[in-house]
Amino acid sequence: MIPHNLRYMESHEWAKQDGDVVTIGISDYAQSEIQDIVYVELPEVGTELTQKTEFGVIESVKAAFDLYAPVSGEVIDVNESLLDAPEQVNASPYDDGWFLKIRITDPSELDALLDADSYQAHIEAEHA
Amino acid sequence: MKRTPLYQIHKTLNAKFTEFGGWEMPLQYSSIVKEHLSVRTTVGLFDLSHMGELEVCGQGASELVQKLSANDVGRLTDGRALYTLFCNETGGIVDDLLIYQYADDHYMLVVNAANIEKDLAWVETHNDTGAEIRDVSENTALIALQGPKSMDILKPFVPECDVSEISFFRFAVEEVAGIGTVISRTGYTGEIGFELYVDTNSAEDLWNALYPAVIEADGQLVGLGARDTLRLEAGLRLYGMDMNDDTNPYEVGLGKFVKSKNRQFIGKSALLREKKKGIAKQMIGFQMLDRAVARAGYAVYQDSECIGSVTSGAPSPSLKYGIGFAAVSSQAIPDDGKIDIEIRGRMHPAKIVKVPFI
Repeated sequence: MIPHNLRYMESHEWAKQDGDVVTIGISDYAQSEIQDIVYVELPEVGTELTQKTEFGVIESVKAAFDLYAPVSGEVIDVNESLLDAPEQVNASPYDDGWFLKIRITDPSELDALLDADSYQAHIEAEHA
Repeated sequence: MKRTPLYQIHKTLNAKFTEFGGWEMPLQYSSIVKEHLSVRTTVGLFDLSHMGELEVCGQGASELVQKLSANDVGRLTDGRALYTLFCNETGGIVDDLLIYQYADDHYMLVVNAANIEKDLAWVETHNDTGAEIRDVSENTALIALQGPKSMDILKPFVPECDVSEISFFRFAVEEVAGIGTVISRTGYTGEIGFELYVDTNSAEDLWNALYPAVIEADGQLVGLGARDTLRLEAGLRLYGMDMNDDTNPYEVGLGKFVKSKNRQFIGKSALLREKKKGIAKQMIGFQMLDRAVARAGYAVYQDSECIGSVTSGAPSPSLKYGIGFAAVSSQAIPDDGKIDIEIRGRMHPAKIVKVPFI
């Protein structure tokens, strides 16, 4: 259910490392809790992100939710298709619904994130 | 937090809950968008038992409600309901409510959940007519059936009466599925529909009777999330968001419910004074011109001047863009209707549109 090749934040963002590039999005659990995503606000290419700080917003019918950077680094790609089709985040949170690609500066930051099992435990605790 | 008699049923149906006016209420069962669209296209079933019901009875009942109401209760006849406002001495809105007339010595006031105690105190304080006032909120459940199929769904459950004969803002006391019910042709969605008042002890039975018929008709259970977007699209104000004790009916676009001619009511002189002076604030409807969503509290600009703020805002599931109400300075309303709304530090284009939005 929860992909084992990703790392997670307690705020439900995921990070997928591929060399010095990290792709980020939100988990299936997060999209199913938020539901009906109608708007995604993302930074532009070239923006420098800092781990655990806000980088964007997603809006559902009901409310706005802040997005937090799982790692620090420069934004090198933005999933522009979400601007016209934000519902992709609901439909495909781990693939078509990705947000950004970031060139990371400090790979050890990923070690501070949760692995799939710890994230699963975190969700269960949050849901209890 | 208070819970309605249907709380356990909602739990079984996997509802997500939210706090509203001191109540733990279903926010959504499936998806707000799906629930919303079902009310527009088929039917939706709502638990609105958090709403308050006050009964005003006996000699002096008619005089008391007339004195409290900005709209003219004298226009009511038995079996009719009236949308009205209670105003305070300065013209501010104490609550917006429905008044049902069973007889000219028996009224039911249906008030907002968060205002039950305030309204009860308000009515009691002004009761110098000897009317009998009872808070029957605890004993009264409210289930709403709203949407184009609501009439067909309700019909077979009411053998003794043709529900299609109950016209808008009228009600009948009949058995629904064998349960004594006040069937009211009212709603807060902009669709054809009914609000069904029953004794708390019968709420589960009524819900369980209607539920299979709703599902059979491709309908949905509807939580407060969709209730909010439905009322917004229909241009209906929400107490506590769009109006409060400090806003008068004219400022929030409810002036047509103030009937001052040949009658007295609390707040009348203040309202006449305000109207004469000119209404400084006005409520406008707006639609976003990009995909951004304006929500309550966001600032509204014309050019670089802040002219007011959003009171209710959400993405419209029917229209697929953001809509809302804003309280703005009357003098600053631009002729071309073009405004900007500040969302997280950035300006987003919007335009003033007529309400209802749909």
